[in-house]
Amino acid sequence: MSDAAHAHDDHGHGHPSGIMRWLTTTNHKDIGSLYLWFALIMLFVAGTMALLIRAELFQPGLQLTNPDFFNQLTTMHGLLMIFGVIMPAFSGFANWQVPLMLGAPDMAFPRMNNWAFWILPVAGLLLMVSFWLPGGAVAGGWTMYPPLFIQGGISYDLTILAVHIMGLSSIMGSINIITTILNMRAPGLTLMKMPLFCWTWLITAYLLIATMPVLAGAVTMLLTDRNFGTHFFNAAGGGDPVMFQHIFWFFAHPEVYILILPAFGIVSQVIPTFARKPLFGYASMVYATASIAILSFIVWAHHMFTVGMPAAAQLFFMFSTMLIAVPTGVKVFNWVATMWKGSMSFETPMLFAIAFVCLFTIGGFSGLVLAIAPVDIQLHDTYYVVAHFHYVLVSGALFSIFAGIYYWLPKWTGHMYNETLGKWHFWLSVIGMNIVFFPMHFLGLAGMPRRIPDYALQFTEFNQIATVGAFIFGFSQLIFLVVVLKTIKGGAKATDRVWEGAEGLEWTLPSPAPYHTFETAPVVK
Amino acid sequence: MAVGNAKTLGKLVAVTLGMFGFGFALVPFYYKICEVTGINSGAEQSLAKNTQVDSSRWVTLEFDANANEALPWRFKPLQRTLKVHPGQLVQVEYEVSNISDHPIVGQAVPSYGPARAAEFFRKIECFCFTPQTLAAGESRRMPVLFVLDPGMDKEVHTVTLSYTFFDTGVKGQAEASRKGGGHG
Repeated sequence: MSDAAHAHDDHGHGHPSGIMRWLTTTNHKDIGSLYLWFALIMLFVAGTMALLIRAELFQPGLQLTNPDFFNQLTTMHGLLMIFGVIMPAFSGFANWQVPLMLGAPDMAFPRMNNWAFWILPVAGLLLMVSFWLPGGAVAGGWTMYPPLFIQGGISYDLTILAVHIMGLSSIMGSINIITTILNMRAPGLTLMKMPLFCWTWLITAYLLIATMPVLAGAVTMLLTDRNFGTHFFNAAGGGDPVMFQHIFWFFAHPEVYILILPAFGIVSQVIPTFARKPLFGYASMVYATASIAILSFIVWAHHMFTVGMPAAAQLFFMFSTMLIAVPTGVKVFNWVATMWKGSMSFETPMLFAIAFVCLFTIGGFSGLVLAIAPVDIQLHDTYYVVAHFHYVLVSGALFSIFAGIYYWLPKWTGHMYNETLGKWHFWLSVIGMNIVFFPMHFLGLAGMPRRIPDYALQFTEFNQIATVGAFIFGFSQLIFLVVVLKTIKGGAKATDRVWEGAEGLEWTLPSPAPYHTFETAPVVK
Repeated sequence: MAVGNAKTLGKLVAVTLGMFGFGFALVPFYYKICEVTGINSGAEQSLAKNTQVDSSRWVTLEFDANANEALPWRFKPLQRTLKVHPGQLVQVEYEVSNISDHPIVGQAVPSYGPARAAEFFRKIECFCFTPQTLAAGESRRMPVLFVLDPGMDKEVHTVTLSYTFFDTGVKGQAEASRKGGGHG
């Protein structure tokens, strides 16, 4: 702790200003803001790609893009939304909130924290410049499957490098979060008294340090296959492309939970506040989170039912996948039970949290449908899969991020956001989101494949509905931008507690939270 | 507290490096699992099973061989009859010897009994595809590789394959192709 404390003293006095303040900052609040701004910018970049995709799909035939550029758009949309939006946004929340919730003065390793953020824009830049390189950006899908990924041009090497950098960034961030949570809690704050957001992030961080290195290994193998004559995945040299899928999904299924567990944490903070009741079944929430994390390591092959595997293996992966619905169900029931007979009020964070519970559950159910091996063989790589993972990532992860921003922004800025604009943002988002993604279930059941720029005529109407929804959803995010900017600039003064039902150490601080907080640790009874 | 943080950092870095190694360890692990369980074995994939064999019936094949009377060659099949399933890959051999004192180029011409069996006799390799050159006193074994098409009429139970060697009358090339005869 003394390290952190000294670092702060230095900053408190000779504070660099302008760009150098942000480049050299080791303050957890500054770094949290940087992560969140980066995520917001990337949300608009990757969202614009999504709108281009939807515009192309408004009609059958090729209107705006050629097939190669279309594939570049879908690939980059996926990579940027996962590694550039959702993960950095959750890291931003962790940086802002974990020390505040634990009564710690800062993160455990502030200098490493600075590095973890600042290598991220470099990775983003590597991905973005590849659009202007010969052959264009990567077009092999965000899953980076060989043989396509071994055959592409220079941008494929840049993407591999970018994935290495983003992985390193998350690993450094995770080491920081784990160390902070394990070693720097205020006296009396035992693990089982910790806010659930910290618990979900602790488990997420463990998932990250267990799986990100595996992804780094897999893309390193791709890199050496491409440039150094190895044949890990090259069938012509005795390798096996299916092996990549196994190694990749060994990383990427836990990654799915990395993208949703912090969302569970945020929602578990928001719902008790606005239901004015403590979280129902706190201990079961902790155990359910841990069970989901452990199970996530043994279900990876449900992404590859169609590559060919013995029936016994299909059954194992099918049943283990279904088993995850049990702890997830525990969580959903606990959130509903927290709301049950609560004195609920419906401010914007609560609206997003309730939408999360409802719509994430729809995404969970379509996931259960896809877990059934014989059904999956029919639905594999159709729009049903697209609908499924957008329900869990848009109305799941992204909505929880919105909920968290509205919830904590008054604490961070000292101003209340504009509730009217917040409600407009919520209603347009939730309606737009369902118009985009609900028809995709029908398209998938009817057999429309994903990742194609053109489609058969009978799919036209549902695609047109989805495109209209996408533009409503996309442009309503501009309201969010306006709300955030207006709240930073001014607005009604926020009280220290901000919300009537808010519990926890961060609400004992003044609003806005001072630059340095908890330099002497609070005592928790 | 700082000492505690450094210890935690050490452990977490060790886990990270360990998992990076684990990613590479998955490669031999993957091949071992495939080997032990017999999934994904290359041999099985490269030699796809012939599912076209009609094992419900047998066809008796009779082999006959003659040399035209103007050709001083001795010519005989190494097997007189064979029972096969339609669709099965079959190899038979013939032996031919030049009993004259000069090289001769001969050409074998097949005939079938019944004649309409000819279109179901699918030859993959046959000495009758090319002229054969035999040096004086040379003797040679030659294969025929074929499949009897399962589409052949069910009432045909016996097929006779008969070859007759004729003198092609090509003399000038005899010496030249004799050198290349080693390829045959």
